[in-house]
Amino acid sequence: MATRSKKTQWVEKKLLLFVLLWMAGSAGCFVPAANAKDVFANDGLHDPQGPSFNELQRPDAAFAGFPVDTVGNKVRWVQALRDGMITPRTNIVPDTKIKILDMDLILGNTGDNAYVRFPHRAHTEWLDCANCHPDPFKEKFGTSGIKMGAILEGKFCGKCHGAVAFPLTECARCHSVKPDTFRGKFGVQPVEKH
Amino acid sequence: MKRNKKMGLARPGMKTVVFRLIVCVAIPALVALAIMGSSPARAEYADIVINNYSDGAGMRPAIFPHWFHRIRFRCKVCHADLGFKFQAGGNEINMLKIINGEFCGACHNGEIAWSVDNCDFCHSGKPGTPTQVHGSTVQKLLKPSQPAK
Repeated sequence: MATRSKKTQWVEKKLLLFVLLWMAGSAGCFVPAANAKDVFANDGLHDPQGPSFNELQRPDAAFAGFPVDTVGNKVRWVQALRDGMITPRTNIVPDTKIKILDMDLILGNTGDNAYVRFPHRAHTEWLDCANCHPDPFKEKFGTSGIKMGAILEGKFCGKCHGAVAFPLTECARCHSVKPDTFRGKFGVQPVEKH
Repeated sequence: MKRNKKMGLARPGMKTVVFRLIVCVAIPALVALAIMGSSPARAEYADIVINNYSDGAGMRPAIFPHWFHRIRFRCKVCHADLGFKFQAGGNEINMLKIINGEFCGACHNGEIAWSVDNCDFCHSGKPGTPTQVHGSTVQKLLKPSQPAK
C-alpha cells in the first residue's frame, strides 16, 4: 500500500506548488502590450502619429529567411547576396558596373592583436573602387596610416563598419590572422580558391 | 519527520509564505521582465535620421532605412553612382534637389520607386530627433568628437 513515503509525497506537493506558482508568476509578464510586437512603435525614432506610420515596412518582416547574424541588422548580408537571397541592383547610371576583385590583404602593425585579413571580394561585391580609393585608402599598401582609434571615430573602415556594415565590436572578424602561425608576407596574398 | 512537522504542510509560517512568494512570483516575474526588457522594440541598425531642415520647416525628420535599401541596391548605387557621401546629414540634400532628380530623387520619381509626394514615408521621425546614424558603434561606445551638424 505505502508505495510512496510521506516524504516523497511532501516533496511532490511542494514541487507541484512551486511549478504552479512559478507559472502564475510568469504569466502576467508575458501578456503582450497592444503594440509590443511592432518594432517601430517604441524604437525612439519613428513617430507613431505619422500619417504613414502603419504603411512603412518593418525590418523583421523583410528579413524572414535571411541568414542570421548576431549583430547589426542581425543579417549576414554578404552571405545573403552570395546565396542569392537578395539580388540588389548594381547600378543606376547605365555604364557603371560592379568590378569584383578577388584579392586579400593582410595588414600587420596591429599591436597585441591578431593581424587583419581584408577581403577585397566581399567589399567589391557591394562597393565601387572609388568608394575607398584613393580616399580614405591609398592604393599603395601600407601608406594610408590606418589607426584603430581613427576607425573607432568613424574614419577608414569605420566609415561603414560601425555605421552600416557589421559593427566595430566584432574585433575577430577582421583581426583573424594569428601572428604566431602566419608565415607569409603582409600585403597582397596569393589568391585562394573559394 | 521531525523537520516535516516543524515546517508544517497545513499552516506555513509568515516567513515561509513570504519566502515562497519571492521564489515563486517575484523572481520569475523579474526574470521574465529581464528577458523582455533586454529585447525591446528598437530602431534598426544603420537607420539614418536627417534633420538638417525638417524641424525648422515643421516636418518630421526624414528616416532613411539602410536595411530596406540594401536589399534592393548595392552600396555603390547611391554612394558612387549618385554621389552620397558616407556622412549622415553631410550631403546638403534639400527637397528642391530631390525634386530635380538628385540624391533620393534619382529613384523616388514615381518610376523606380514611389515619388516624392509621399512626404510621410520619409518624414516619419519623431520631431526633434537629431541627425544621426542610429545604433552606430560610435553612438553606442564613444562620444562623438564633433557634435552632429
